[in-house]
Amino acid sequence: MSEKILITGNEAIAEAAIQAGARFYAGYPITPQNEIPAYMAKRMPEVGGVFIQSESELAAISMVMGAAACGFRALTSSSSPGISLKQEGISYIAGAELPAVIVNIMRAGPGLGNIWPAQSDYFQATKGGGHGDYHNIVLAPASVQEAFDLTQFAFELADKYRNPVMVLGDGLLGQMMEPILVPRSSFLVPREESKQSTKHEAQSTKTWALTGCKDRKPNLVASFRMREGDLEKLNQHLQEKYQEIEGKEQGFEALDIADANTIIVAYGTMARIAKGAIKTLRAKNIKVGLIRPITLWPFPKDIFDRVKGQGLRVKFLAVEMSYGQMVEDVRLAVGSEYMVEFLGRSGGGIPSEEEIAYSVERIADRKTKRYPLNAKR
Amino acid sequence: MTEKIIVAGFGGQGIMIMSKFLSCLAVATDRFTTYLPAYGAEVRGGTAHCMVIISDEEIYSPLIEKADSAIIMNEPSLIRFENRIKEGGVLFLNKSLINIKPKRNDFKTIEVPFTEIAQGTGNIKCANAVALGAYLAYKKIAPEDKIYAVLYKMLDGLSKEIIALNQKALEEGLNYGLPR
Repeated sequence: MSEKILITGNEAIAEAAIQAGARFYAGYPITPQNEIPAYMAKRMPEVGGVFIQSESELAAISMVMGAAACGFRALTSSSSPGISLKQEGISYIAGAELPAVIVNIMRAGPGLGNIWPAQSDYFQATKGGGHGDYHNIVLAPASVQEAFDLTQFAFELADKYRNPVMVLGDGLLGQMMEPILVPRSSFLVPREESKQSTKHEAQSTKTWALTGCKDRKPNLVASFRMREGDLEKLNQHLQEKYQEIEGKEQGFEALDIADANTIIVAYGTMARIAKGAIKTLRAKNIKVGLIRPITLWPFPKDIFDRVKGQGLRVKFLAVEMSYGQMVEDVRLAVGSEYMVEFLGRSGGGIPSEEEIAYSVERIADRKTKRYPLNAKR
Repeated sequence: MTEKIIVAGFGGQGIMIMSKFLSCLAVATDRFTTYLPAYGAEVRGGTAHCMVIISDEEIYSPLIEKADSAIIMNEPSLIRFENRIKEGGVLFLNKSLINIKPKRNDFKTIEVPFTEIAQGTGNIKCANAVALGAYLAYKKIAPEDKIYAVLYKMLDGLSKEIIALNQKALEEGLNYGLPR
């Protein structure tokens, strides 16, 4: 049985984490994601969990690492500059193979930048961000419902692969309210019940967790491997894990691609705006479609192979609230024989439906590549 | 049906809550809705605005380039948002606090002294409820029973006096007798 509620993207993420069994949150305030810690401050004590407003972002991610090592479903959230500060901890979590969820509600950079929505942290989220050969699994919701659903899925993926998972949204998604359906039965979790079930569940299912070693051999959780050959072995294991994830977990939405001459590639909020442009263009009989990556890492390469398999000389237009980050993965996915153009703005500006439609019309009859296609205002 | 509404005024006029009312009304009538508040470096007494979309279809962008309706509660907001009203749109203007006229004449302007009417009901803070009533009476986006159901749900848990006050203010707006 489900219930329809009107909620912000930030609060939906927080409630989803609670309902997924997260019982530890640590974070430091930053706009535009402050509703997450505010919600957690109220909600975590209700379900017998722990909320900590830490002294810094580095402390928050380190506390999450500790809670994850003890077998708890744990998360932290921040916005771009704060996520930069957490990179050391994320690398350690990846190295120690711990499950944790990190939420980044992106604002515009570089530096302290400003608080407006942006998608400029794509490289940081998908290409490692911290030091060492590791990957986050990165999920990009485009609606408040999806923010709720993907946050729950993030915890499942994190536990399944013992890997950090990032939920990557932008200020617009975090601040916006939309009606969503949530399971009514789990919306209110009785305090005592939740406290006990989480503890036992963690101990019984996560055999590697640090839960007290009475009557068993001690477990070790570390990202430090000094003995000759040990680290290389870990890295080979990690690479095998990443290959498995790339094979199994690609997520995307495809819209109107069967007959499309031009395919827009956009994720998150940007994909919604692109859909508006597609509606306008289709009404004018322009054959345009959309591929919306839902997993940014692993990037959904397979759908691009399928499009190429159709034998169409299709052109691609990547649209981002950045100056060209995801577009590089699109180029890698389709290869050099396909035309891949780019439209992007960042720093407070968001490509509008009109700008996207204009760009699609401009490249429709273009024969050779010409970069860039940034619309001038 | 798709209705794009910009609500704007100064911090303290209840801009966000009246916008939330509109989104709740969309939920109560089983429609799609998005509510996008201004979340910038806002200051007390400074400007506040919110973009609400109500539609029978899935809503793509929550941003409003051109609004079907604008509810403008103070003068700086009129200057800022006049150009965001679409041709043939409707401007609901708080005559009590706005002494200038809109520059454009390609949309319909409905002037109502929301703040004075609210004072008449006993509390100046209810100007937003009066404005909501006037908007809903003109636009007829939902039946009256749903409007009251949303009002009672949003005020649930508050004192009888507050509920009665808001209901009275909303009724003043609904019954103002707007031109059709």
